[in-house]
Order: sequence, then C-alpha cells, then structure tokens
Amino acid sequence: MNVVEASGLGKRYGRTWALRECTLAIPAGRVAALVGPNGAGKTTLLNLAVGLTAPSAGAVTVLGRRPAGSPAALDGIAFVAQDTPLYKTLSVADMIYITRSLNRRFDQPYAQARLDELGIPQKRKAGKLSGGQQAQLALTLALARRPRLLVLDEPVAALDPVARHDFMATVLAAASADGVSVLLSSHVLTELERVASYLVLMSRGRVQLAGQVSDLLAAHGHASLEELALHYLREATPEVTR
Amino acid sequence: MTALTTPARPDEDDARLRPVPWRRMAGVTWRQHRIALAGVAVLLGVLAVYLWLAGLSLNHAYAAAVACQPASSAACQGLDSTLDGMDNFLSNGFLLQVLPPVIGAFVGAPVLARELETGTFRYAWTQGFGRRRWAVAKLLLLAVVVTAAAAAFGALLTWYYEPFVGNQSLGLPRTTPLTPALFDLRGIGFPAWTLAAFAIGVLAGMLIRRVVPAIVATLVVYGGLAFATAGFLRVHYLTPLLASINVSVPDNAWVISQWWTKDGRYAFGRYPPSNILNLCSSPAAGTGKDGSPEGWGPCLVQHGYAMWTSYQPASRFWPFQWIEGGWLLGLSALLIAAAVWLVSRRAA
Repeated sequence: MNVVEASGLGKRYGRTWALRECTLAIPAGRVAALVGPNGAGKTTLLNLAVGLTAPSAGAVTVLGRRPAGSPAALDGIAFVAQDTPLYKTLSVADMIYITRSLNRRFDQPYAQARLDELGIPQKRKAGKLSGGQQAQLALTLALARRPRLLVLDEPVAALDPVARHDFMATVLAAASADGVSVLLSSHVLTELERVASYLVLMSRGRVQLAGQVSDLLAAHGHASLEELALHYLREATPEVTR
Repeated sequence: MTALTTPARPDEDDARLRPVPWRRMAGVTWRQHRIALAGVAVLLGVLAVYLWLAGLSLNHAYAAAVACQPASSAACQGLDSTLDGMDNFLSNGFLLQVLPPVIGAFVGAPVLARELETGTFRYAWTQGFGRRRWAVAKLLLLAVVVTAAAAAFGALLTWYYEPFVGNQSLGLPRTTPLTPALFDLRGIGFPAWTLAAFAIGVLAGMLIRRVVPAIVATLVVYGGLAFATAGFLRVHYLTPLLASINVSVPDNAWVISQWWTKDGRYAFGRYPPSNILNLCSSPAAGTGKDGSPEGWGPCLVQHGYAMWTSYQPASRFWPFQWIEGGWLLGLSALLIAAAVWLVSRRAA
C-alpha cells in the first residue's frame, strides 16, 4: 500500500505554480522525508495530501487510493502543521478534550501518560508552554488519534537542538514501535539523516528525485543523504531557472 | 527519552466508518467560545436586571395612570407627571440599538477569522470530524444560542417599551410602535437583527480572515443595513394607507408623508409655499399663530386644496415584524451557508 500517491499533481496560486507535474508513490511503513529549500513546494504537497488544499491539476490519494480529504483519509491521517497551531487560550486539558471530541479514536491514557512524561501540566494554557512543549503537545495529540499516517510540516524548524532531538525521538518511536507511516518535510538536512528511510527531493515546485534512501545512495554513489541532497539540489536549480 | 507505545490500530473498512457524532461539537464549541458567550450573558444579564427593575415601576405607573378616572383630575395629572418623570435615556431606544451589532461583531466575527488568523484552521479542518460538518455544527449551534438569548432579551424589551407605544396618551412621549428606533427592539425584531449581525460577522470573518478588521466590517455593514431598512425599506413592506384631511389619521400611526393637491394634481408638500400661504394670511382666514395645518389647513381647503397623508397604521406592527423577521432569517441563513461553502472549498 502507498500512503501517498500523486499523478500529474499540480497547484497554482494565481499565475504561479507552487507545485507541478508531481507524480510519486510513497510506500507505507516508512519515514519519508520531503526535502528542499524554502519555496520548493513542500508545504503545498503536504496540504494537498491532507486535504486542506484542492489540486489545480492531477490527483492525489492517500492510504491506499482514498481521495485526500475524504472522511476515511481524515480519519487515518494526523497532521501537524507548520508552527504547530494550537488554541493558545485553551488549557492543555481542553486541547485533549477537543481533539478527542473531533475524532473517532483517541487514546486518552496514551496522551495523558505522554504529557506526564514530558512534564506538561494539563491545567496550563497551551500558549504558555515553551515552543518545544507546544510542539510535543501537538505531536502527542496527533499520535493519540492513532493514525496510520502522520504528516509533519517543518516540525522542528522552530525548535532548539534539545527539543528537536526529543521531538524526533517521539516520532521515531511511533514509527518503529507502532508501524505508523510518517511523512515529514524539512529543510534541515542533518535532522533527517538518522530518521528518513524514504526521500523526496523537491525544488522549484517539482519533485527532483524520489526513492528509498539506501537505493538512492547506492545508485548515485554518495556517502550520506546530505551529500546526495546537496548534489541534486545544486544540479536541479539551473535547469529549472531557464 | 523512551516514548510510550501506541496500541496497534485495528484495520477498519471504510464502509463501517461512522462519522463522528454531531453532538460532540457542543462541548468543543462551548470550550472555544465560552468567553464570548459569557460576555454576552453578562452584558444582557446586567441590562435585563436594570430593565426589569425600571420596567416594573414604569409599567406600574403606566397602569395606574391608565386606570385613573377622571383623567382631568388633579390626582390623575399627578400620576401622568410621575410617568413623565420616568422618561429617561432608554426611552427613545437608540442606545439599545447597538446591542445586536455588538453581539454579532464580538461573537460572530471571530469564529472563523481567529482560526484563519492564527492558523488553527489547519488543525481543526484536518480532524476526523470533517471541515464542512465542523463549520455547520459550530455556526448553527452558536447562531441558535445567540438568537435564543436575544429572543429572551427581546421579550423583556417588548414588555419594557409597552407604555411608550400603548394606546393611552399619557405622560410619556407619544410613539408609534412602528417608530424606527423601537420597532426592531420589540417583538421578533431584536433576535432577528441579532442573528443577522452574527451571520454578517461570520461571513466577514471568513472573507477578511483577521479578527479586528472583521469586527469593524461587521459593524459597518450592519449599520448600513439597519439604516437602509429603517429609512427606506420598511415603509414598503405593505402599501401605505392614504387619508384625506377629512379622515383623521390615528394618533399612533406611522406617518410617512403628507402633501396637498388641487384639482386632483399635486400642489405642494407638507408646508405651503409663501404665495399660497398668503391666501390665508389674514386673521379672518383663521391662520394659527404657529402656522400649523390646524390654523391654515381649513382655509386652504376653502381655496380648493386637499391634504393627503400616507401612513402605516399601528395595527401593522405584527405583520411588519413577521415580514422583517422572515427576510432577516433568510438573509442570515444565506450568509451562514456562504461561509460554510467557503470553509469547505477554501484552499489552505
């Protein structure tokens, strides 16, 4: 099963194509990383996959050919958007209540145990938490939905190194222990080295390269994911600017 | 750090996928909007207590003045002046006109605008509940709550203003129940206008996507709509009645215009131009000191002029209420439907 399948997918804002001719199939059971510079179309692709945006061209399906944004797709995908939006004036307990109410499944014991472990008091307002705690809260709420696919948009961009490490540890634990497929975007290459097993390289609104990390490294003779990504992004840029 | 493991998710067929129950939105909506709703409750509650206390003595004094016989006696005059002394800043209704737009702007405008402004729509619209259902449930729930609160308050206003629009001309300023500043505070006018203000706020918030500009826009649009309705639209709900000078227009009618004709043709408006008035300027012609129609009216009639008055009788209060309530309800439904449609199709 593929967690995300796109064919000829494109999104246009006004006259600008934020994403075009995107065809890819991301297999289940992986941590897939969407890598590329700012403005590469990563957020657009994620928004299309979670059903927040409708495509201007082509089609995208998720979780085995379910239309993005359909009830079944919403049910199986948990999305943590950039800057981890939370209702800042509500308490942590209220955020748990709301997320539980808005979903068919919610693992309350898991959420509470996670927050206790993180030392996040439930009475505190979400807006009063540190950036790292807010990110962890958003991630905990997403995982407590017991999704089949977890989608994260630039999850660690705003976090300090310790918070980054902790956040990615939680993601990895969910992926390895519970078999949750993960799709995350990032422009921080070093963070992905440890976690990603599938790579989608993007620049200027196009997918430049996609595949298993081990296959890509072997096929292109690069020692690390970072080296591979840098090589491709440098190469891709002049081609697209014509 | 060791993360706790999430239990494996059981595989389920899409066919067995039941939507998240609608009723769950009640608790969600309450948690998100309790401050705004509590604000409305406090505002209306404090005003209601004041109106209740003031209204008790007002209605009591009115009942006493109405029952007093004979009306010309000194005792009755005393009761009339007691009533007159109760004429206060609320009497003309202008102050309370701000309540519907304030409720609409501060409850309605932030509902969607805050989600869009802070980015939380990316959270809300990707939950299992579904964004269209989320919008429908939240907006209908808030609309019903706000309208119900306004209906209860409107009932109190209807009762409070009874002495001002009653049939007895006593100490209070004489007012028709159709007078613009009181008409939409009484009957179903108050809840209907509050609902409309809420709906305007919701759609403004969805279109403008920022809380403060959406609040301002709501107040402006509401003001324009209320002014246009009171000034131009309401008069035409039913064809006005026409009365010649021989037929007395009821005291509590809403007079729309007066004009004079001669030989079946329009002559002039309410007041005669000086060349015509000069016909009646001699004392013998019976001109009143103040130049009122009572003075020069009969004289002009003798010269072949006829006066016409178009008016809406006070008995049309309820038909007018239903007409206005009806189109406001339709408009509100349309605005909310438009907001839901925008939510379901808006790109992130």
